Amino acid sequence: MNAQIVKLFAFTVALFSVLVGFTSYWSVFDAEALKEEDANKRVLLEQQQIKRGRILAADGTVIARSAPKGSGDSLRYVRRYPEGSLYGHPIGYSFVQQGDSEFEQFHNDELVGNDSEFTSILDELRGHTQEGNDVVTNLDPAAQVVALEDLEAAGFGAVVAIEPKNGRIRVLASNPPFDPNRVPYELTKLNENELEAPLVNRATQGQRPPGSTFKVVTAAAGLDSGTITPETTIDAPGTLEVQGQELHNDFDEDFGPIALDTALTNSVNTWFAQLGEQVGEDTLFEYMDRFGFNTKPAIDLPSDQLSTSGIFEEGDLLGPNDPIDIARVAIGQERLLATPLQMAEVAATIANGGKLMKPQIWSRVVDPDGRVTKRLDPSEYSQPISEETAAELNTAMQGVVSEGTGTNAAIPGVTVAGKTGTAETPYNDSCGGGTDENQAWFIGFAPAEDPQIAIAATVECTTQFGNDVAAPIFRDVAETILAGGPELG
Amino acid sequence: MSARNRELMALVPVALLLTAGFTAVFAQESARIDDASLVYGAYFLAVCLGAHLYLRVRLPNADPYLFPLVALLTAFGLVMIYRIDPDLARDQANWFVLGLALFALTIQFLRDYDVLERYRYTIAVVGLLLLLAPRLPGIGQQVNGAYLGVKIGPLAFQPAEFSKICLVVFLASYLREHREVLIVGARRVLGVTLPPLKHFGPMLVVWGASMFMLVFIRDLGSSLMFFAAFLALLYVATGRFSFVAIGMAMFLVGAWFFASTVPHVHDRVEIWLDPYAHPQGSGYQILQSIFAQADGGLFGKGFGQGLITIPGTDNALLPAAQTDTIYSLIVNELGLFGASGVVMIYLLIAARGFKIALIAADGFSKLLATGLTAVFAIQAFVIIGGVTRVIPLTGVTLPFISYGGSSIVANFVLLALLLLVSDRARREAGAESRLGDFALEGR
Repeated sequence: MNAQIVKLFAFTVALFSVLVGFTSYWSVFDAEALKEEDANKRVLLEQQQIKRGRILAADGTVIARSAPKGSGDSLRYVRRYPEGSLYGHPIGYSFVQQGDSEFEQFHNDELVGNDSEFTSILDELRGHTQEGNDVVTNLDPAAQVVALEDLEAAGFGAVVAIEPKNGRIRVLASNPPFDPNRVPYELTKLNENELEAPLVNRATQGQRPPGSTFKVVTAAAGLDSGTITPETTIDAPGTLEVQGQELHNDFDEDFGPIALDTALTNSVNTWFAQLGEQVGEDTLFEYMDRFGFNTKPAIDLPSDQLSTSGIFEEGDLLGPNDPIDIARVAIGQERLLATPLQMAEVAATIANGGKLMKPQIWSRVVDPDGRVTKRLDPSEYSQPISEETAAELNTAMQGVVSEGTGTNAAIPGVTVAGKTGTAETPYNDSCGGGTDENQAWFIGFAPAEDPQIAIAATVECTTQFGNDVAAPIFRDVAETILAGGPELG
Repeated sequence: MSARNRELMALVPVALLLTAGFTAVFAQESARIDDASLVYGAYFLAVCLGAHLYLRVRLPNADPYLFPLVALLTAFGLVMIYRIDPDLARDQANWFVLGLALFALTIQFLRDYDVLERYRYTIAVVGLLLLLAPRLPGIGQQVNGAYLGVKIGPLAFQPAEFSKICLVVFLASYLREHREVLIVGARRVLGVTLPPLKHFGPMLVVWGASMFMLVFIRDLGSSLMFFAAFLALLYVATGRFSFVAIGMAMFLVGAWFFASTVPHVHDRVEIWLDPYAHPQGSGYQILQSIFAQADGGLFGKGFGQGLITIPGTDNALLPAAQTDTIYSLIVNELGLFGASGVVMIYLLIAARGFKIALIAADGFSKLLATGLTAVFAIQAFVIIGGVTRVIPLTGVTLPFISYGGSSIVANFVLLALLLLVSDRARREAGAESRLGDFALEGR
């Protein structure tokens, strides 16, 4: 009988291996999919029991915190946002039933304290319950208030302010805002409001025609590729026929042969259209790529809540080999769309001597004992243009504010460099379908000789121009940030 | 080192583990380390030492690893149950002591376990009556559509746990006597070796009883467990795989028939095949069992960290966590590694049990050890397989870990019988070979 007993044991081993196999499947291999199941509320219920960390502004203002409800085994935490709608964007929300979004979603692991398996086991051995970390942002409350107030006065739109030297995001405002405290009660209503789209962060998701602000990119490509120098002159007539259609300067003004500074100061369309053709599709695309166009921006927000900037045909991104009217792309028209974040990055690159720093909303993670466990290390995203090109553009952009199309951005006692943009957006449903609506822009930085802040401001569905509505927002926000001095991180 | 000294050494880490486990749970519950964990550890060690000293006197040659392995499972179960509900853990600790008392009594009075052979039909009848008891008016209890419990006055128990031992004893005894004729009398019909009907009759009665039980007490798990033990014994006794195949086919046909006619059985199978059909209703338990495991990952959430009820309510998030789904809670809190460790302990117990069968000299001892080991291993498989969706989920206990007096007491009786067989086998083998322990271990 012994042979049978041995075989029976072998069979038992096989049966128990199946048990370990199934356990492995559920607990490890299929675990992620199971956690996503609708019927599975376990993950959310557990997170609700963890005291989620706070989100703080750069000066320590509490943007989000967790309030306890109940006690003992029924203790759970609910998210509160003391500042209401001020930081609805970019912080987002986090609730058990409604899920999470934006900054709350991206930094979830730090906020609930899931830093690593290893530390959580250590914590258990020490008898600690899991507790979330605080995440400190670079956001400047005073400037965020100014940006949102100005936007609410001007119309729907967005403001992004970046410290050019290190990529710190000081302001990220989108109008209309939403109050995350209301999400548990009216998420459906907020979602269904497609016209105003309050849940869409226009600063990072709003793809809009950049208009003349894009001429900065065209100029950067022209200078840096050696196609032109600051002294090169191009004849700029009042109108120019491109691909069978006439392209106009404002009031069809004929400038004659002029160099970059005059062309940028007066935003001369016929000049930049010709520069675009001289630079060519391949080179212009290469420089767009270097500035961060054509890919999702490298910011700390969930990638499904970020939009790419580039040339789009019904939602599809076009490449250098697609049929494109490059002359019109060069002046920010055609099918070119850019987010305010992207345009702020363009301004920041020129402000930072040609280096684009990775934009970051967070600055450090502080554990429950008050220790800083992670600190943002400024990192370079790319170097789109040389320092020399950046300096030449800086000078040309100063002319825009001192004597050109962007005079409303001027700050007394501070040299400002910038560029206006006004893209015509007629027959746009979200603007009511009228014929006179524009997308108004201003991008720039200050002080020009030692830039502390780079800003993109945009207002949609306005009948006014960039200098009228966007430049003053730039001015107010820049003034506020410069008055606050550099943040000591 | 002698067998008993090895047993003693093995008990020390078990007691330490229990102490550490309680410490972890206390630390989690009250954020402080309580002296009580040391008290519990010492109390547990003392009880185990008592049992050990008893074995030292009564069964000096018995297998040295079985008792520490079982103590380990019990300790583990106590910590898990304490973490679910301290009151239940106190009950369970009392059951543990009562189980050890019955363990000692079994060893005391069944030292010559051959006596069991003489009363095999009586034992078989007792076993079947035990099974039917839950359906008797007045004492029977229905739980979740199955009739599993008996309540006489204040005493409630699940007779199936004891019935399984009776059944194994009967089968071992019957097969010992008839295995020869079952082998010799076999005929080949159409290429299939069939057992002689005359001697196979009693087997068919058992098969019929097992199927009958399925319908009558609606206990799919126990009937699966009994029948698998029957097939295992039949295979070991006759060496004829075709008998097993025929038996399996009969079981499957029977199971299919009942699955399609008896609503309770049918539901269990439906839930198993598609738990997502009614995630808040009939599929809730198995789904939550799987979700709890998914949340455990490799290392688990730690003792006391898993959710059993929905916070702020008394609604179960993991239904029957202290009995049916305790394995899922183990995966949740100790991860794949902890759960694999538990499965490994069951496998080690099975290995020791089958080893006893291997070295036992006489047929009855061999078959008894095989049957007891098989029924124990299958019980663990049926419930772990149930909560991991290998097979339909049915309510049997996880031996020595799940909360439940009948389970723990009956399994200690089972352990006592195994050790009785072991003591005789090793004594005889030792006397014959004069090679001592070392050679035995290496065999």
